[in-house]
Amino acid sequence: MIKEYTTTVEISGPLMLVDQVEGVAYEELVEIELPNGETRHGKVLEVDSRMALVQLFEGSSGTDISQSKVRFLGKQVELGVSEEMLGRVFDGQGRPRAPFDVAPPIVPDRMDNINGAPINPYARDYPAEFIQTGFSSIDGINTLVRGQKLPVFSGSGLPHSIVAAQIARQAKVLGEGENFAVVFAAMGITFEEADYFIRDFRKTGAMDRAVVFMNLADDPAIERISTPRMALTAAEYLAYEKDMHILVILTDMTNYCDALREISAARKEVPGRRGYPGYLYTDLSQIYERAGRIKGRKGSITQIPILTMPEDDKTHPIPDLTGYITEGQLILNRELHKKGIYPPMDVMESLSRLKDKGIGKGKTRGDHADLFNQLMAAYSAGKDARELAVILGAAALSPLDRKYLKFAEEYEKRYISQEETENRDIIETLDLGWDLLKLLPRKEMKRISPERLDKYWPVDGKNGGDE
Amino acid sequence: MIQGTIDKIAGPLVVADGMRDARMFDLVYVSDYGLIGEIIELKGEKASIQVYEETGGLKPGDPVRTTGEPLSVELGPGLLTAIYDGIQRPLDEIRKEAGDWITRGISIRGLDHDKEWDYTPVASVGDEVSSGVVLGEVPETVLITHKVMVPPGISGKLTWVIDKGSYNVDTVVAKLESPNGDVVELRMFHNWPIRKSRPVAEKIAPIEPLITGQRVVDAFFPLGKGGTACVPGPFGSGKTVIQHQLAKWADAEIVVYVGCGERGNEMTDVLQEFPELEDPKSGEPLIMRTVLVANTSNMPVAAREASVYTGITIGEYFRDMGYSVALMADSTSRWAEAMREMSGRLEEMPGEEGYPAYLGTRIAEFYERAGNVICLGNDRRNGALTVVGAVSPAGGDLSDPVVQATLRVVKVFWSLQARLAYMRHFPAIGWLDSYSLYTTNLKDYYNRELGEDWVPMMKEAIALLQDEANLQEIARLVGAESLSPEDQLILYTSRSLREDFLHQNAFHEVDTYASITKQRIMMEVIMSTHHEMRETLNAGVSPKEMFNLPFKEDIARMRYIPEERLQDIEAIKDSVRSALTDLVEAEQSA
Repeated sequence: MIKEYTTTVEISGPLMLVDQVEGVAYEELVEIELPNGETRHGKVLEVDSRMALVQLFEGSSGTDISQSKVRFLGKQVELGVSEEMLGRVFDGQGRPRAPFDVAPPIVPDRMDNINGAPINPYARDYPAEFIQTGFSSIDGINTLVRGQKLPVFSGSGLPHSIVAAQIARQAKVLGEGENFAVVFAAMGITFEEADYFIRDFRKTGAMDRAVVFMNLADDPAIERISTPRMALTAAEYLAYEKDMHILVILTDMTNYCDALREISAARKEVPGRRGYPGYLYTDLSQIYERAGRIKGRKGSITQIPILTMPEDDKTHPIPDLTGYITEGQLILNRELHKKGIYPPMDVMESLSRLKDKGIGKGKTRGDHADLFNQLMAAYSAGKDARELAVILGAAALSPLDRKYLKFAEEYEKRYISQEETENRDIIETLDLGWDLLKLLPRKEMKRISPERLDKYWPVDGKNGGDE
Repeated sequence: MIQGTIDKIAGPLVVADGMRDARMFDLVYVSDYGLIGEIIELKGEKASIQVYEETGGLKPGDPVRTTGEPLSVELGPGLLTAIYDGIQRPLDEIRKEAGDWITRGISIRGLDHDKEWDYTPVASVGDEVSSGVVLGEVPETVLITHKVMVPPGISGKLTWVIDKGSYNVDTVVAKLESPNGDVVELRMFHNWPIRKSRPVAEKIAPIEPLITGQRVVDAFFPLGKGGTACVPGPFGSGKTVIQHQLAKWADAEIVVYVGCGERGNEMTDVLQEFPELEDPKSGEPLIMRTVLVANTSNMPVAAREASVYTGITIGEYFRDMGYSVALMADSTSRWAEAMREMSGRLEEMPGEEGYPAYLGTRIAEFYERAGNVICLGNDRRNGALTVVGAVSPAGGDLSDPVVQATLRVVKVFWSLQARLAYMRHFPAIGWLDSYSLYTTNLKDYYNRELGEDWVPMMKEAIALLQDEANLQEIARLVGAESLSPEDQLILYTSRSLREDFLHQNAFHEVDTYASITKQRIMMEVIMSTHHEMRETLNAGVSPKEMFNLPFKEDIARMRYIPEERLQDIEAIKDSVRSALTDLVEAEQSA
């Protein structure tokens, strides 16, 4: 029998302190019945032999001390999972989310604890398979591989939502008829943004292969704590039980961290940097580390968390700690955005740590690594030339520097930049790279092995940049 | 054994009641799940326990049992090639028992107690033995002979010794009679508390470098065997790659790699790569000399705190056998953060940035366990434990309390710079800020192994790079061409030093490792080119002509020349000389 308590002694912010409790477990799920009959949920944050501190998922407005009835449900927070989740839109607690989804709740196949459990590092398989996103700046330069966690660092006003929707739409695994699906978790985004995603998914048919968890800006902030965990629980079920390759997009992690800070402040914990709790790293890692592949299981989870850097500051605790956990980062650049380049990907500062194992012969193409190195070197030289031109004037540049400058311009315009509907396959991306390199003298190709250079740029072929 | 009950649960911290006679740092089992924990504070009847597993679902009133023993590791044959979690549970065994995810309450011993080892006794009946004396030997892997020693604190006269044969680690292999007449049975393994450093006969200063095959490290900022180093840097600056490179190529006999609160996929990388990589000296797989401790960031935070101690205790144990051991800890910041989290839960008064006030002391104690030592025993064997800690400062800011506390104790500082990483210059160890305090100690070694001119050549190279930093600012304003020819030469050579010597590709088959002989020849080529060019300038040749000679390519490619063809690098010197002589002659005849 479940006991009902009316012994609440304190409510402050999203926290509720219940007195004279018995047999309450740490992290237990809590149901609160309000005087008006509405029910809310929460979980136990701290418990001793007398009192339980409960964190409310939907905020505390309308709760009161004398009449609210508190029930401890004897289990932890769970999500009902089944294959029926595909094509559905849920709220931060796993219930169908009106107005995007008005169908009845799903019939769960089983109930999973949303906190998951850490994958045994011994059971992990190293991510090594290429995922094609259709963006040259990702596929060619900062390649995403299956099982990786690669965040997008953005700033307010930058088109990260459009980029995210396009990745969700275009992402695929090359070659095989693999089972691919997207799990999308929105935390604290606006209705407009949410609506954009849903409409985009519906329009392009991506919705059939998507599960959406949505917590909007006016939904309770506290619910954001459980939203990504719900999404990842769904992803784990689909990946490891149903052998699907899942791409999880989490947007916007900054809102998630702010919700975490809110709870920490309400608990009067000693704050770390910028008021965020000292355990922010641990907490984030429990989300990000749920990406991966497992030996002997077919499915995989790839994560693209999106976060907006306050004041475009990469050293802010949220991007900083994220960068320490994830395997690289894609950085959107305001300057490129102002120049009208979409996606405004800062390829120099971005990095995919797992790229090396996901590219090359049998994965993309044999010349990928050399080509990447040469493009990066050339773009970097071009940017240096651009800086020099600002200081000394374009006239002072050497002929070679001028070629590099031209290369940098073209590289941004033709390689990084593409249409919102343009889905470039990897071969197109690689060939485009060679075309651009031909703006430069052939002898500048120092990063490419001579044999390879002969193959892709024969001496008797068109020597674009040579005098 | 004392039994209490849970009073309060807050994250990894559990407070238990009825624990009056418990001792600090005793190992406890919490609740019927049998979660492993450690007592970190005692107040009257109450004990605060840090629990090494998830605490969700625990209830006040659940039982808590102390073992009366501190948290210990098992030391004996079977450590090598193992992969442990932070409290020495083998992850492969956990997988067998619990599946792909780590569940709670799994209790598995650190060593395999069934496996039989070939044991050969060394000591004989009647020998007077004391701590550290070798009783017998076990060929643990093809690379390493495991020495079974008398554990610290035990001595006496051997009364019985087992015959040569195959035994498991539980077998009694010797009996001795201690001075007070007790008979002590000695097994192939013993336990040692992780927070207590293992005793040695004597500590001595490091006199030999740990050769890592990484040019910037070996040539510019060497680390002594038994020394300490720290690698702080922002994310993406290549901390982990450097740690991996050291674990792969350092000429230590044993490598202990502690992945403390880092990425799961990185540990997988190590796990999959090490069995395939060959040790450059023996040609055997690197895993044969490696012990891995992996507590990834999503595994319980308290076990992260323990993982560095587990690692260093295992390191000390092999050091006691007389081996040179290198321990890599990636990253000590996560360890410090785990301390901060526990400290916060204990409601201690915070020091800087929320870290506990004892942060500096703990870090110093940890690094002090490194050292070049004379081991206990009767043969005065020499063992060394070298410690390299990565630090991940918030925002890459070196004023971070963990960095500062670490820099106060370590002797080598490899400063990773985001700017270099951004330029794709790896390893991104900055040559202007980094330092090594071992260069003086190691001078004799260099004079002996690399010739008397090595140290002056190094100093000249570093000086050139420093000059470059000053000149670059001017060059940026007025253009490199307006500098004097001598200054242009400094820019030319320092660029060559940076690109052809310091820059090293960890993913290139040949370039990933350079022996010190190769390093010496490469450096010689660059520096002799510099000297010859200076003379050529004096002969009136214009710098522009000189800088575009084809040998530039040869110098750029010398790092890809394999070790067995070092004469090809030597030969570059001649082609440089003849090319420059031709220039001078052309100039003079003109």
